[in-house]
Amino acid sequence: MKKFINNVDDFLKESLNGFGKAHSDIIKVNFDPNFISRKTKTKEGKVSLISGGGSGHEPMHGGFVGHGMLDAACPGFVFSAPTPDQMQAAAEHVDSGAGVLFIVKNYSGDIMNFQMGAEMYSGKNDSIITNDDVAVEDSTFTTGRRGVAATVLVEKIVGSLAENGGSLEECKRLGEKINKNSGSMGVAFTSCTVPAAGKPTFDIGNDEMEFGVGIHGEPGRKREKIQPSKTIVNNMLEAILDDLKPQKNEKTLLFVNGMGGTPLTELYLVYDDACEILKSKGIEITRSLVGNYCTSLEMQGASITLLKCDDETLKNWDAPVHTAAMRWGM
Amino acid sequence: MEIKGYMSVNFLISQAKSIQIVIDENAAEIEALDQNIGDGDHIFNVQRGLKLVVELEDDIKNLPLQKGLNMIAMKVLSGIGGSSGALFGTFFMSMAKTPDLDKDIDFKKACEMVITGINAMKERGKADVGEKTMMDVLIPVSEKLNELKSGNTDIKEGLSEIIKIAEDRMLGTKDMLATKGRASFLGERAKGHIDPGARSSQLIIDTICKSLINK
Repeated sequence: MKKFINNVDDFLKESLNGFGKAHSDIIKVNFDPNFISRKTKTKEGKVSLISGGGSGHEPMHGGFVGHGMLDAACPGFVFSAPTPDQMQAAAEHVDSGAGVLFIVKNYSGDIMNFQMGAEMYSGKNDSIITNDDVAVEDSTFTTGRRGVAATVLVEKIVGSLAENGGSLEECKRLGEKINKNSGSMGVAFTSCTVPAAGKPTFDIGNDEMEFGVGIHGEPGRKREKIQPSKTIVNNMLEAILDDLKPQKNEKTLLFVNGMGGTPLTELYLVYDDACEILKSKGIEITRSLVGNYCTSLEMQGASITLLKCDDETLKNWDAPVHTAAMRWGM
Repeated sequence: MEIKGYMSVNFLISQAKSIQIVIDENAAEIEALDQNIGDGDHIFNVQRGLKLVVELEDDIKNLPLQKGLNMIAMKVLSGIGGSSGALFGTFFMSMAKTPDLDKDIDFKKACEMVITGINAMKERGKADVGEKTMMDVLIPVSEKLNELKSGNTDIKEGLSEIIKIAEDRMLGTKDMLATKGRASFLGERAKGHIDPGARSSQLIIDTICKSLINK
């Protein structure tokens, strides 16, 4: 394992320390229990949005704390869900009286810990669960689809509504709509290495890729030989379109997300391929996002997320945001 | 035959120490199982949890059982993370809610506590038997404890049966499809691997039962 590490046990603490120092104009890092909050207090009457999950997906979620997005984020150990006391402390810290909306990715550990945190928090609160990963078949009897990169879009769009006075119920409704209108599919070329494990999470041949990979290196649909980008992107988009079934000429947001180890040059190439393919299918791309937003440590690979956009979605997407990882309009 | 001291703060601490040794001995195996079908964090979570409980000794050794259990629950809940933290935290928190913990804990009462704890885990994880999780081991064990607490079977004999049940059920997860947790994302590919949570739970049960039998 080659990583910037002093001591494995201090990995998260030292990384959070650096994050706090680098973005001290926007956020504050609180320890024991760990959570990242905005530097300024949530204004009265504004619904507070709190997300969180295992670390190793940076900038998600700490990088999305700030104006127009989250009020707080709770980082767990690398790839391990955060603990209920973190959510409780974050909620108590940020709630200005209008209630708290927890945004949770659909992973068993996250669901259980957020549920317990919500039970321990005495203030008004509600939760939404993201499950945009079309690689996993959904069923009421299983854990179901994973919550992956569309969580970034949910946090941005609901964040704008909350900033503009949306109620807890309205924020929940919009979050559920964005989740329902989005689909994601990921591909990995290499594994990632969890610092505490010290070795790669999975073995993969030099000429192989994992199609439908999760954001922790969990296997996806199948292991395949690597193919030209156009073929890979076409297969990813087909899986998404099968699920989302957009109308002809429907407006969409196209989000190409890096897993951490793939350079932007390649991500833009993927974006170009995706544009061509979607155009040939008569799907209109009205907004774009390209970059490393929901990563899997140093994994090489990318995911594509497509979001069907109505006017409410576009308006809230375009609204100003000022966080460590996303900033426009202010 | 009656074995004294089924449940107390000191009993819990000494069990945690024994379990720690057994889990450490089997850590590489559990980690490998988890890397096959999960993401490899289970063993670290279990080890971290045991370390935290053992370190609590000085703070809780003189406390009444209910208070000690609640402190263990909060430590486990806040110190582990992941599914294991929530599930084991729920286990101890619910055990602490069993009525009459200030009285002597006989075998029947100890069984009730464990059954209550396992039921709460089942509720929290929304998992039942046959889903390739630790509940495949824990639920049958809880059912057997329910049978034993009526007192018609010799306790040591019953504990031996529990050891066997836990082992059989752990091995039985090998050919299951997973429908809960991260392994569920594998579909058919999860078959042929024992569930790491089932293995760690089985080792925990094995350790506790053996220590009671050899008392």
